[in-house]
Amino acid sequence: MAKKTRVTFAADICKGCALCVDACPKKIIRLAPETLNSKGYHPAEIIDQQACTACGFCFLMCPDVCITIEKEVN
Amino acid sequence: MADKVLMKGNEAIAEAAIMAGCRHFFGYPITPQTEISAYMAKRMPKIGGTFLQAESELAAINMVYGAAAAGARTMTSSSSPGIALKSEGLSFLAACDLPSVIVNIQRGGPGLGGIRPSQSDYFHATRSTGHGDFHMIVLAPNTVQEMFDLTLEAFDLADKYRMPAMILGDGMLGQVMEPVDISRGNNIKTYVKDWALTGTKGLRKRNVVNSLYLSAEELELLNFQRFDKYKEVEKIARTEDYLLEDAEVVVVAYGICARIAKNAIDTARKNGIKAGLIRPVTLWPYPKHQLKAAAEKAKAFVVVEMSMGQMIEDVELSIRCSRPVLLCNRTGGMVPTREAVLESIEKAALLKGEQNADSI
Amino acid sequence: MQIVFEKPKALSDTPTHYCPGCTHGIIHRLVAEVLDELDITGETIGIAPVGCAVIHFNYFECDVAQAAHGRAPAVATGLKRVNPDNIVFSYQGDGDLAAIGTNETIHAAARGENITVIFVNNAIYGMTGGQMAPTTLPGQITQTSPYGRDTKTAGFPLRMCELLATLDGTAYAERVAVDSVKNVLKAKKAIKKAFQYQIDGKGFSIVEILSSCPTNWGLEPVKALEWLRQNMIPYYPLGVFKDKEVSR
Repeated sequence: MAKKTRVTFAADICKGCALCVDACPKKIIRLAPETLNSKGYHPAEIIDQQACTACGFCFLMCPDVCITIEKEVN
Repeated sequence: MADKVLMKGNEAIAEAAIMAGCRHFFGYPITPQTEISAYMAKRMPKIGGTFLQAESELAAINMVYGAAAAGARTMTSSSSPGIALKSEGLSFLAACDLPSVIVNIQRGGPGLGGIRPSQSDYFHATRSTGHGDFHMIVLAPNTVQEMFDLTLEAFDLADKYRMPAMILGDGMLGQVMEPVDISRGNNIKTYVKDWALTGTKGLRKRNVVNSLYLSAEELELLNFQRFDKYKEVEKIARTEDYLLEDAEVVVVAYGICARIAKNAIDTARKNGIKAGLIRPVTLWPYPKHQLKAAAEKAKAFVVVEMSMGQMIEDVELSIRCSRPVLLCNRTGGMVPTREAVLESIEKAALLKGEQNADSI
Repeated sequence: MQIVFEKPKALSDTPTHYCPGCTHGIIHRLVAEVLDELDITGETIGIAPVGCAVIHFNYFECDVAQAAHGRAPAVATGLKRVNPDNIVFSYQGDGDLAAIGTNETIHAAARGENITVIFVNNAIYGMTGGQMAPTTLPGQITQTSPYGRDTKTAGFPLRMCELLATLDGTAYAERVAVDSVKNVLKAKKAIKKAFQYQIDGKGFSIVEILSSCPTNWGLEPVKALEWLRQNMIPYYPLGVFKDKEVSR
């Protein structure tokens, strides 16, 4: 069974550039269509946490270093 | 007994720098100051210091910026056209409050000019050293002894006030040989530099050396604060006076010109003219109060300089144009003669206090 | 749950001023991760250039000197000569490093100055609003090459890694890109190697990083990375151009 993961976006730091959206191999990140952050951007959000493998691609491409990824350990 | 050593002016500067604790010298060859680089190249490797011949004046002054940011006593030297290239770095050094010593052994200009002695960088040193609102301490030696002493002092003042200091000499002072008492070099004060970039070692917040302020309010405040500091620095303004007490004709000259003027004053006195000398030792801050005080007794002033008339403006400003001021000058690498200075003194002696110098 | 990816400690909490999708942020993170992994933040002094990264002292947790335009390698030289045990790196853009500062760059390399240069090449002047850079591609449209860079009048771009590789003082020169996950990982390896070379006292190391400028290229961030891939990489091939250890 896949291990549990958690992706957290610091929504107020995100500039909505969507590089993470593009990088995600599972295509489970989007720019929140209804939300605007304090800078006026649609921040990135994860739409299917269960599908996330914590591969870190989103983190690696994020220019604003606003993503933290956690993974369950045995 | 004092240690007396026979030295060239340029060598005295270099040795004083080393005795002041300067271990990082960055230069670029230009006549007539190459002895400083040559001296440093010889000495630095033997005392664990750095002599680096940079790829340009721009690089040299920016290496000084780096070394000063690291908290070291550091120096560069050049001559007029090379100093012009250093203007960028001088502005940055002043903006970041970085102590550093810059030597300008002036030669004739403008442009490539010539290689013979000059004082035509007076405006550059005291007015337009670089872009923006700032000043540099400018010291003007007139003997080889003073080349030594004022270099020691330049390092001290630079550290004390956290600002660049310049030794403004000329090609003649650089080349002349005189005995120098170097004992003062054994008594050096050091300063704590907790602002220096040495690595946080994980023990403090990061230090930043920076001159960019995108907030106009912040930059204005910093400029105000720096100029408050300059008010303090203005107290170091000083002169060497000669027969000034009863002088009716006051000659104002710095550097090598002051030595020639002294000679002319002696002759004038023999001829019955009460002449005296004010020699500014600091060109910035300019000794304006001393000049103003002298104007109360004097009938007229004579300014002797090796330029088309630059320091004369500071004399006129200092005395608020209250007395006629005559210019006795040579330029392009020529040096005023004693006879020419004497002639100007004699002319000035004939003037009444209020008469306009332009009318004669 | 255990954290597997997070902001490196050498990076401050201050959000950057960079435009959305600007890869300066990725490169900052890579440098900071290397500082963390080599445990050298406390020994490191960064040099901020003139250009978009001019205020990088707000982001790195090490000591920083801001330098005049193009003079970062000279400032780095001064710092390094005073305290050779400090790790000194400059972070410069293409205008800073390859136009106004070409002389300082080349001579710092020629001297084998033991410093590390992080060279961000995005083929344009970003901070001043998108003018032609020394690395602007032939035909590329910028504010000052509005009909496309005409090599007849504006000459040709500089390939700095190739140029610096010819110098004996250059210990390590590699060009990488941050257009994809794979290349970002390679970029980090290169940066780490460059810093390691400095720690080992090997001499001048430079990592040229092909980067994007979505705002001044007039492209969305994702499209900008595609443009980089399709246009910049063919002109500026990736790879190691000099490695003192390998060529021995």
